[in-house]
Amino acid sequence: MGTQNILWSYSKKIFTCGLIGLTISDRYASLAAVRGASMSPTFNPSTSSLLDDYVLVEKLCLSTYKFSHGDVVVFSSPQNHKERHIKRIIGLPGDWVGIRHSSDVFRVPQGHCWVEGDNPASSMDSNTFGPVPLGLVQGRVTHIVWPPQRLGAVEKRVPEGRVSSL
Amino acid sequence: MALRNGVREILSIIKEKSLVREAWDKIFPLAKFACSLHVIHKYLGLIVLTYGPSMLPTLSLTGDLVLAERISTRFGLVGPGDIVVVRSPQNPRIVVTKRLIGLEGDSVTYVVEPGKSDRSETIVVPKGHIWVEGDNIYVSNDSRKFGPVPYGLLQGKIFWRIWPPKDFGSLRRNSTKDPIFDKGLPSA
Repeated sequence: MGTQNILWSYSKKIFTCGLIGLTISDRYASLAAVRGASMSPTFNPSTSSLLDDYVLVEKLCLSTYKFSHGDVVVFSSPQNHKERHIKRIIGLPGDWVGIRHSSDVFRVPQGHCWVEGDNPASSMDSNTFGPVPLGLVQGRVTHIVWPPQRLGAVEKRVPEGRVSSL
Repeated sequence: MALRNGVREILSIIKEKSLVREAWDKIFPLAKFACSLHVIHKYLGLIVLTYGPSMLPTLSLTGDLVLAERISTRFGLVGPGDIVVVRSPQNPRIVVTKRLIGLEGDSVTYVVEPGKSDRSETIVVPKGHIWVEGDNIYVSNDSRKFGPVPYGLLQGKIFWRIWPPKDFGSLRRNSTKDPIFDKGLPSA
């Protein structure tokens, strides 16, 4: 009887912690691992797969869906909703974006954004699958938290001469 | 004297601590309740108020209160004919209610300009996308206008109507056979 009570109170505590943890990670902030080299050199500058970067993902931006140029965001892939990608926002609705490796310009439609990786050599981004609906964005990357020697904020960066808002 | 002051200080600290404790005891259940609400809303289901003409005659113009669940969308158990809640690709701040017409790989035929001409087009829904249309094809802003929608924008599947009370009940696939929707399919 005694052990049952202890078990019951423990499971109640674990359940409560789970509820609170889920809420915080859904609504406020969570951690995510960066896989692959598509965002190097910002994340994963060295190619060894053992040392993935961990980043802090802020979720409060999802209440307004307001983003600015150069924000790094996490979004679920338009081609496979179970995959999540981390890329940088290059263009916002109404911008004209020059498509990489071609002379075409593309107008970002309403409610969409143009995302690209920082590493043009190996990145699966809007140049492959087109503009991404802002509704797929799941958070904004604000800080690198692991490895400790590169702990710090992620700065906004906009490539020169790719975007014009005319 | 100093001793007495010290004792007084300690007593006041203890009193303060019990105040904090009391406040915590009051706030914590509230926080827990809010967290439970969030988890239910995010992982189980939600109540949606639908209005507008796009889903006539299935859902009314003035506003229906319906229940949507997120489990079948999470595990990919939705199919053509389900009424779904989708985050609008044109405005991420709003969600729209539409009927799911096709999943990835399905070929969908739709009338481009209903009411004006009978011209219809057929497309194959690309990988990871879905095709949604309103039941009232004459007044509906849907995939015919903004194209296929990524599956990730799917928020839930509507299964039960709770308001108005005279229509209380299940909203499952094929429970309402609507003539307008049938007309949208090719006849030749």
